[in-house]
Amino acid sequence: MQQHTMKRFDEELDTLRELILAMGGLVERAVGNAVKSMVEQNEKLAKKTIKRDRAINALEVQCDEIIRDILVRRQPAAGDLRFIMGVNKLVTDIERMGDLAIGIAKGTIYSLENPPRVFSNLDIMGEKVLRQVDRALEAFSRGDTELAMTVIEKDDGIDSLYKRMYREMLTYMMEDPHSISSSIILSNVAKNLERISDHATNIAEMVIYIEQGHDIRHVDHEAAARILAGEEPEDD
Amino acid sequence: MSKAKISVSNLKLWYGNNEALHGIDVEFQAKKVTALIGPSGCGKSTLLRCLNRMNDRIVGCRVDGNVLLDGNDIYAPDVDVVELRTNVGMVFQKPNPFPKSIYENIVYAPQIHGMVDKTGMDELVETSLRKASIWDEVKDKLHEPGTALSGGQQQRLCIARTIAVKPDVILMDEPCSALDPIATAKIEELIDELKSEYTIIMVTHNMQQAARVSDHTAFFYMGDLIEFGNTSDIFTKPQQQQTEDYITGRFG
Amino acid sequence: MSSPSNLKRRYRADKRFKLYGIAAIAFSLCFLTFFFVDIIGKAIPAFEQAYIQVPVTYNEALKSNYNKAIPKAYRRLVSKAFLRTLPQKLEAHPELLGTTQPEWALANHRVDQFLKQHEGHGLKKKYRSKVEQLYQEDKIEFRFNANFFSRGDSKMAENAGVLAAVMGSVLVLLITILVAVPIGVMTAIYLEEFAPDNKFTQAIEVNINNLAAIPSILYGLLGLAIFINVMGVPRSSALAGGLTLALMTLPVIIISTRAALRSVPQSIRDAAYGLGASNLQVVMHHVLPLAFPGILTGSIIGLAQAMGETAPLLIVGMMAYIPEAPSSILNAATVLPAQVYTWSSESMRAFEERTAAGILVLLVVLLSLNALAVYLRKRFEVRW
Repeated sequence: MQQHTMKRFDEELDTLRELILAMGGLVERAVGNAVKSMVEQNEKLAKKTIKRDRAINALEVQCDEIIRDILVRRQPAAGDLRFIMGVNKLVTDIERMGDLAIGIAKGTIYSLENPPRVFSNLDIMGEKVLRQVDRALEAFSRGDTELAMTVIEKDDGIDSLYKRMYREMLTYMMEDPHSISSSIILSNVAKNLERISDHATNIAEMVIYIEQGHDIRHVDHEAAARILAGEEPEDD
Repeated sequence: MSKAKISVSNLKLWYGNNEALHGIDVEFQAKKVTALIGPSGCGKSTLLRCLNRMNDRIVGCRVDGNVLLDGNDIYAPDVDVVELRTNVGMVFQKPNPFPKSIYENIVYAPQIHGMVDKTGMDELVETSLRKASIWDEVKDKLHEPGTALSGGQQQRLCIARTIAVKPDVILMDEPCSALDPIATAKIEELIDELKSEYTIIMVTHNMQQAARVSDHTAFFYMGDLIEFGNTSDIFTKPQQQQTEDYITGRFG
Repeated sequence: MSSPSNLKRRYRADKRFKLYGIAAIAFSLCFLTFFFVDIIGKAIPAFEQAYIQVPVTYNEALKSNYNKAIPKAYRRLVSKAFLRTLPQKLEAHPELLGTTQPEWALANHRVDQFLKQHEGHGLKKKYRSKVEQLYQEDKIEFRFNANFFSRGDSKMAENAGVLAAVMGSVLVLLITILVAVPIGVMTAIYLEEFAPDNKFTQAIEVNINNLAAIPSILYGLLGLAIFINVMGVPRSSALAGGLTLALMTLPVIIISTRAALRSVPQSIRDAAYGLGASNLQVVMHHVLPLAFPGILTGSIIGLAQAMGETAPLLIVGMMAYIPEAPSSILNAATVLPAQVYTWSSESMRAFEERTAAGILVLLVVLLSLNALAVYLRKRFEVRW
């Protein structure tokens, strides 16, 4: 794409993009560390993860300022307008992912009193969710709608993983009342992971909106695919 | 989609040997505001002037193709330009009231067309000025010169003067480019009111203005119509790269 | 960044340039002042004229020889212009027959010039003491020279006036206005507003611009060839002169009218066309009223120029001796500048001051015309 006649505008957009990727990187590490702290029952890592969230929050505030500035000064239109609108939502999603990572890290600290005996598929789920986040951010940084579509499609897998874990934890609780507290913690962690994946999906949807201007939120996969293929969405 | 008030098909226009419009196809919807945008020299003003044949007077200007107003070709040999211009009025870039009184400015055109008798004049003046939202400002000084008004008031007077001949279509050629933001806002509000009765086609260089007041937007570049569509679509997800580049400020 | 020394040099250059301008204006003002002082100084005495009180004896003899009406000593002192009116006067008033009346008579120009102490007055030595004596006795007095404005040209300098020339100028100017203004304005309107822009109209344009720069004497030749030789207009007549000057003024009027039309903003035309006015309506209702002051000014200045013109009128024979004001446009007539020229070549001393006075009258007329032009422009100017 050509440069803006106003070079300062390009610089502002670049800065914003970099800040979001930096924020995304921090969140990715937070999620990874949080899951790791749980599986390894590592209190130190958990506390460190909680502490680092401040950096993410600071970046969010910085992004919001730049967005506000661009809206006021540049009155963005078309692609720029979609980018700003998308980014504005996406920043919140990233920040929420950070909060959810804190939730997981806090779960680790609670679980130390009564450590769970088994972590079930938590490590696998964590890895998959992390991949979702990674793909979503990659799709954003490259403007890759196909990759974004992959994120959206893979979200169902995460959902079913969560459901399986939830059922598993329920079984443990019924079998052994002593494991109730640790099972609740674990199912909450799985819930957080599932929601992190949802936010990754939101990011992917925003990427599609930014790139193509189609709003595919709240439609099913096939409909989304049809929209992206250029067919008219069906009204129902 | 409502029906097309003006339908342009394969319109080509030459200034001497220079082809300024390369076959334009576009339909202007009745009682909607259509904005024509594009860089200078892209042909948007030329197209606008084709719609009431203001180009007729330019030496060496030649037009080919069809412009249908309510289904009738305005370039047909039996069309009377004078009558056409009472149906398709025009407001210009620079406010250009006649150096006469406000009252005379309004009644001039109805008089030369013999549209109203003496008794109907006062009423016509009032309704025209009211429709142009300037009645309250000038009702006490109808016989003072129109040129003594402020720029924004002059432009609304010009709109009132155009309305006085009861046109269906009002063409506006950058109507706010000489006005300050407050006067511009008043004209924009007026355009929004007028569209319930008139089909409005306006040329503007101010993209925010096109976004603010128009229902449809047409983007022209180098004598071609690049893209035409709903204004909100054009300004959020234009289909053509050139349109995108132009409205995001990436041009040239 | 410019150094301070550079800045100073620039200011000095500015100042110097300003000084050159002031010097140029001062120089031309000097000439103008000199011209006016000289002309006015010479012209003022012309507005006074000496009159002599003489005993007029009304008898039968004056009917055949009017010189006999006054004593011999006075014959060289009194103007013939006075004496030759006596027979008519006697006829009108037969009761005067046989009486002797003291009457104020127009003095001879030599007496007049002698008393004004002008060099070359031409009064013979033997009369001088008598004149001085009469002047001492208040038998000679100076009065306002009404004859200058009420008489035509005369071989007797004391009796010569500008009336015939002024009337001639008025008639000529009237004809010029009636012919040149309508034709010029119509031509300009057609060329500016209606004519297609093609080779033919462009050629016309170039020619009109060239015509405005042609030496005026050529218009005289044209007038002689067409109006007098072909159309049979009487030579020396106001008609011939007026038509010739109209020819000469036409290009000026056309050019200034076109400039005035062009200065009407396009936006006003657009507005009128946009409302569905026809070509003619746009011109008549909007363009012409707005261009009117400009057209008026241009025309008046063109006419003032024509008024001061002599060369073309020489050719059509208007440099004639015209003692009587012309009564119709077909009568022989002369114009002010031609009159001034005629007087300037007369040898008698009294004509010198009349030449200056004639120039003054001409200047006053021209300045009034220009003032009128300025006034009308201000009066009708429309601001937008």
